Amino acid sequence: MNPLDRYESLVDDVDAFRAACDRPLPSVVRTNRIAATPARVREAFDEGGVAHEPVDWHDGLFRLPDGNPGGNWPYVHGWTHGQEEVSVLPTLALDPRPGERVWDACAAPGSKTTQIADAMDDEGTLVANDNNLGRLSALRHNAERLGITNAVVTNQDARNFSTRPLAFDEFDRALVDAPCSCEGTCRKNPDVLDEWTLDHVHAVAGIQKGVLARAVQATRPGGVVVYSTCTFAPEENEAVLDHVLANEDCELVEFDLPLETDPGVTEWDGETYDESVTRAKRIYPHRNDTGGFFCAKLRVGGNKDTGVGA
Amino acid sequence: MTDDAPTNDGQRFDRLPETPADREVEGRASRAEVLDWWDERFGIEREVFEGYSFWEKGAGKVWIFNGETTDPSEVEAIGMTFLRTRQEHWKPTGRAVSRFGSRATKNVIELDPERASRFAAGDDQDLPEWDGDWGYLIATHEVAGESVPIGVGLYLYDELRSVVPKGSRADLPVVE
Repeated sequence: MNPLDRYESLVDDVDAFRAACDRPLPSVVRTNRIAATPARVREAFDEGGVAHEPVDWHDGLFRLPDGNPGGNWPYVHGWTHGQEEVSVLPTLALDPRPGERVWDACAAPGSKTTQIADAMDDEGTLVANDNNLGRLSALRHNAERLGITNAVVTNQDARNFSTRPLAFDEFDRALVDAPCSCEGTCRKNPDVLDEWTLDHVHAVAGIQKGVLARAVQATRPGGVVVYSTCTFAPEENEAVLDHVLANEDCELVEFDLPLETDPGVTEWDGETYDESVTRAKRIYPHRNDTGGFFCAKLRVGGNKDTGVGA
Repeated sequence: MTDDAPTNDGQRFDRLPETPADREVEGRASRAEVLDWWDERFGIEREVFEGYSFWEKGAGKVWIFNGETTDPSEVEAIGMTFLRTRQEHWKPTGRAVSRFGSRATKNVIELDPERASRFAAGDDQDLPEWDGDWGYLIATHEVAGESVPIGVGLYLYDELRSVVPKGSRADLPVVE
C-alpha cells in the first residue's frame, strides 16, 4: 500500500497533493551566516558560473537547478550547507538567540543544528545530541565544516537525557526534530514509501512521545520547545502533542511560518486530540512546492513572566 | 616528576592550563602558549580568542569552544578541532584556518585561481617564488573580491604541500 493514500482525506486537493509528491525536488543550499552573507554567496556563485535561483520566503536559501551543491567554492569554504527548504522551518519556529542554552535532541546529521548555531551567531551553548554514533560523525563533520564553535556533541538516548556533563540543568529552548516515517521526504527519496509500515508508525510514535516529554522537562519555565517531523501521520504528530499536553506542564502556542500551511488535525482514525493541536502546522507538498513537514511550538509552563518570546 | 603525576587521558577532554606555570599534565600546551603561537605564527591577535576556552583530547589535539564550560568527560565533542600540539611544529587545523584565518597578517600565501583549485584537490605544487617562512602557511585565494582562506599548506624546499584532509578535498573548476 502507498501510505500517501491514507492522507487523502486530510488534504483539500488530492490530485495536486499526489502530483506534487511525484515531482522531484531541486537541490537547495542554506547560507551559513557565520561565514558569509547571502549577497556574498550569490556573488561567488555568479563568479563561478553556478546557476542559482532565490527562494522568495527566505533570503538565505538558493535553489541550484544544476544540482551538485558541494561542487563549488562557497561550499568548500563553509558558506553553504545543502538543506531541503522545509527543513529550515523548525529553527525559524524555535527562534534561538545568541547567548542562550539550546538543546537539539535528535540532532544528526546536523542541518538544523548548524542552522541553530548560525541563528545564535555561534554564541551561547548548543547541545547537539543523537543516539546514533555513526550519524553523529556526520554531524561533527558538518559542524566543523561550517566553523561552529559553540556546540557540545553528546551521544545519549534523548528520552533519558542527562544534563550531568553540562554546566547547567535547564535549557532556554529545545528542538525535537524526531525520527519518523518520513513520507514527507518522498520527493527526495521515494523509497520511504515502499519501506513504510503501520507497525513502524506505532513504534516510532512511542519514541517521539518519550523524547518530546523529556524536552519539556529539560526546558525552563517559559522556555520554548519545537516539535517537528517529516511525516503526515497524525499518530506521529498531533497524537504525540496530545499525549505530551496531557502529561507534561506545557501548552501549544500560535506562531508564524513564512509559507502556506494547514492547521493540525483534531480527529484521526477514531481518535480525537486536544483542540489546541490546530495551532500546529502541516506543510503539504502542493501548497508551496516543497517537501512535506509538520511543526509545532510549545511553551513550557510555570511563571508566565519568564517567557522568552514564545 | 613522580609516578602519580597527572597524565594525559586521550579519551576525555581536559581544559588547558592558563600558563605553563599552571601545568600539571606533562606536555600539555597552555592557553597562553596557544594564543602566543597564533599571534607569532600568523599575527592573529590574542583578543580574537578572548571568549573561547581550549581543551585537549587525544595526544595533543586542542579544541576551541565558545559555550559554557562543562564536565566534558562524557561528551563526544566540544566546539571544533583547532590545533595539533605535542610535536615540534604545531599544526593548525584546516577548520581553524577557515574560521579564523582571514584575520592572519603573516605566513599567508595567496594562490591564483589555477593553483587554488589544485590546492583544494590536495595536490602539492612547486612554488619557488615564495620567499617567506617555511612550515605551515595559510593558503588563500580571492573570492568575490576578497581573500578567503582555503586551508593549511606546508612549505618546504620550494614546494607548497597541500595538507587538506582527504575527506575535505574537492575537485573544483578554476574560477578566473
